[in-house]
Amino acid sequence: MEKLYQEIILDHYRAPHHFGLRDPFDTQVHHVNPTCGDEVTLRVKLGPADSAADPAPNGVLVVKDISYDALGCSISQASTSVLTDLAIGRPLPEVMTTLAEFTAMVTSRGTVEGDEDILGDGIAFAGVSKYPARVKCALLGWMAFKDAAAQAVDQSDAESRP
Amino acid sequence: MTHQLEVDAVHTGPAAGDVPEHPVVPESDLIAGQARPVSGVLGSVDIERIRADFPILERTVRDGKPLVYLDSGATSQRPVPVIDAEQEYVTGHNAAVHRGAHQLAEEATDFYESARQRIASFVGIGRTDEVIFTKNATEAINLVAYSMGNATDSDEAAAQRFRLGPGDEIVVTEMEHHANLIPWQELCRRTGATLRWFKVTDDFRLDLSDLDDLINPRTRVVAFTHQSNVLGTINPVRLLVAAAQKVGALTVLDACQSVPHQVVDLTELGVDFAAFSGHKMLGPSGVGVLYCRYDLLAAMPPFLTGGSMIEQVFMDHATYAPPPARFEAGVPMTSQVVGLGAAVDYLQTVGMEAVAEHEAVLTGYALQQLSAVPGVRIIGPSSTVDRGGAVSFLVDGVHAHDVGQILDDAGVQVRVGHHCAWPLHRRFGVAATVRASFAVYNTCDEVDALVAAVRDAQRFFGVS
Repeated sequence: MEKLYQEIILDHYRAPHHFGLRDPFDTQVHHVNPTCGDEVTLRVKLGPADSAADPAPNGVLVVKDISYDALGCSISQASTSVLTDLAIGRPLPEVMTTLAEFTAMVTSRGTVEGDEDILGDGIAFAGVSKYPARVKCALLGWMAFKDAAAQAVDQSDAESRP
Repeated sequence: MTHQLEVDAVHTGPAAGDVPEHPVVPESDLIAGQARPVSGVLGSVDIERIRADFPILERTVRDGKPLVYLDSGATSQRPVPVIDAEQEYVTGHNAAVHRGAHQLAEEATDFYESARQRIASFVGIGRTDEVIFTKNATEAINLVAYSMGNATDSDEAAAQRFRLGPGDEIVVTEMEHHANLIPWQELCRRTGATLRWFKVTDDFRLDLSDLDDLINPRTRVVAFTHQSNVLGTINPVRLLVAAAQKVGALTVLDACQSVPHQVVDLTELGVDFAAFSGHKMLGPSGVGVLYCRYDLLAAMPPFLTGGSMIEQVFMDHATYAPPPARFEAGVPMTSQVVGLGAAVDYLQTVGMEAVAEHEAVLTGYALQQLSAVPGVRIIGPSSTVDRGGAVSFLVDGVHAHDVGQILDDAGVQVRVGHHCAWPLHRRFGVAATVRASFAVYNTCDEVDALVAAVRDAQRFFGVS
C-alpha cells in the first residue's frame, strides 16, 4: 500500500497546492469520474512568454495559472495538486510533454517506469498503474487541464486571426 | 442436474412459517465488542457447507490474502450446481431454442422452458407466460419504458392504455438505481409526460408525507425499488401499490436487491411489473427477468423486434406472437437461463426464509460493529427492521475510494462510489460511499475482517 500511497501523495492530499478558483482565466472546464462521482472544476490562464520572467521563446504560450475546486479521493486530489506545481509558469509544449509521460506511465499497468526528469513529483504516481481502477482518479485533473488548455489555445488562435 | 445440494437445515432459529417478515437479530447476540453470532451456523444456514459450494471463495487475492467477498449487491458468486447446470446444458444439449424439429432443439427448448417455469414459481408467479427473459434487469425496465413509448406512437386499440402525453405523470423515488430512473426520464422526454419523485427522509426511508400529492389521478406509472441497493431500506410495496391502484396507475418494481435475499411473492405484492437480474441471485450474468401481468403483456406493443417474436410476416408488415415470445426477439441467452434455473433451485433448497434470517444476522452484526468504530457513519437505517444486507458507510476524513483501496489490500472486496445511485448520494451530500453487501455465503468472520480493515484505513490515513 505504501507503494501506491507515497508520502508525497498524502502530503498533497492533506494540503493541496494552488487550490481554489481564481481570476483571471481563459477557460473553465468541469470533469467528472462517472464511476465514483469525483469531480473537478478547473481554470486555465495561458499567456505569451514574458521574456523577463519566463524561460520560453517568443510566441510560445506559457501556463500562467491553473486554479481548481475538486471533490475526490486522495489520488485525484494529490495528482491535480502536483499538476499545478509542475505546470504553472512553464511553456505549454513542455507541460504537454509531461502530461503525455504521466499518462503513459499511469496507464501502463506497471510497464512504463516514468522519467523523473520529466515528471518531477509526478513520479510518485507510478504505483497507480498497478491498480486499473485508480487510473481515472490520477488522470482526472490532468485530463481537465488538457481540455481547458486546448480550449484556451483555440480561443487564443481565434483572437489572433485577422 | 448432477449435483445434489446437501443442506441439512440446522434449525436453531424459529421454524419456517414463524419467521417474522423482517427478522431482527436478538439483542443478546449483539453486545458491542463482547459477543457475536456463532459463525458456523447462522440462523438456519450451515455456513461451512454452503461455502463449500462456492469454489471462488477458496481463492486468495492481493498476495495471498483470503478472499472476503462483500460485493454481492453488485454481483454474487455462483455455486457449483449453477456452474454444472450451464456446463451440462452446453456440453450435452445446446441448440437454438424454439427453432428446429430435431432432438437437440427439443431438449434445449425443454431446458429453457423448464427454467422459466421454476423461476416463475420461485417469485410467486402463477402463469409461466408472465416471465420474460432479458439481458439483465436494466433491459427489463427499458423494455417496459420503450413498449410504453411505442404504445404512444401506436394506432392499435389495445395499446391505448399505455399511451402517455403531456399532463401524465410518472413517479419514481430518490433512492432509485439509475436503471430505474433514466428509462423513465427518457420516456418522459419522448412523450411529454412529467417525472416526479418521492424524496428520502433523513432516516433513510421514503418520505411518504406527500403520497397523496405524488400519486394522483394524473399518475400513470409508479416505479420504485423494493430494496435500496445503497441504503438497504426495504420499501412499503403494498402501500405504494394500493395508492397506485386507487388512481389506476401501473406499478413497476425493481426487485434486484430483494429477490436474491428474501421471500418475494410478486402476485401477493400485487405489482404490475417487476424486474430482477440473474447475476445478483447466484446465477449467471447475461440474463434478467421481467415479470408482467399477462393482460398487460398481451396489450403491450413489442420493444425489440425480429425473429421469434412474430406470428406472420409479409414484406410490408407483420403480426406478433403472444407473450412471452413477443418480447423475446432473436435467439435468447440459453445457458444463462438454465444456470438461473439452477440458482433458483439452489436458493430454494437452502430456503429463502433461512437466507433472509442468515443475512439479517450478518447485517445486524455489521451495523453494530461498524457503528462502534468512531468516525464511521452508516448511510442507511441503523437496525435490521425493514432493511436488507446492503450496508453503506462513510469514514470521516478518508474518501470512499481510499477506504476501498485499503480494504482491497486486506482481501476485502467491497464496492466504492455512488453505486449507480448518484441522486441519492447527492441527497446526502456525499460523492461516494463504501458499501459492503452480503449473500448467503458470508460469515461474521468476514464482517470482522471488514471492520478490522476499516480501522487499518483510519490508521493509514491518520484519522483514528
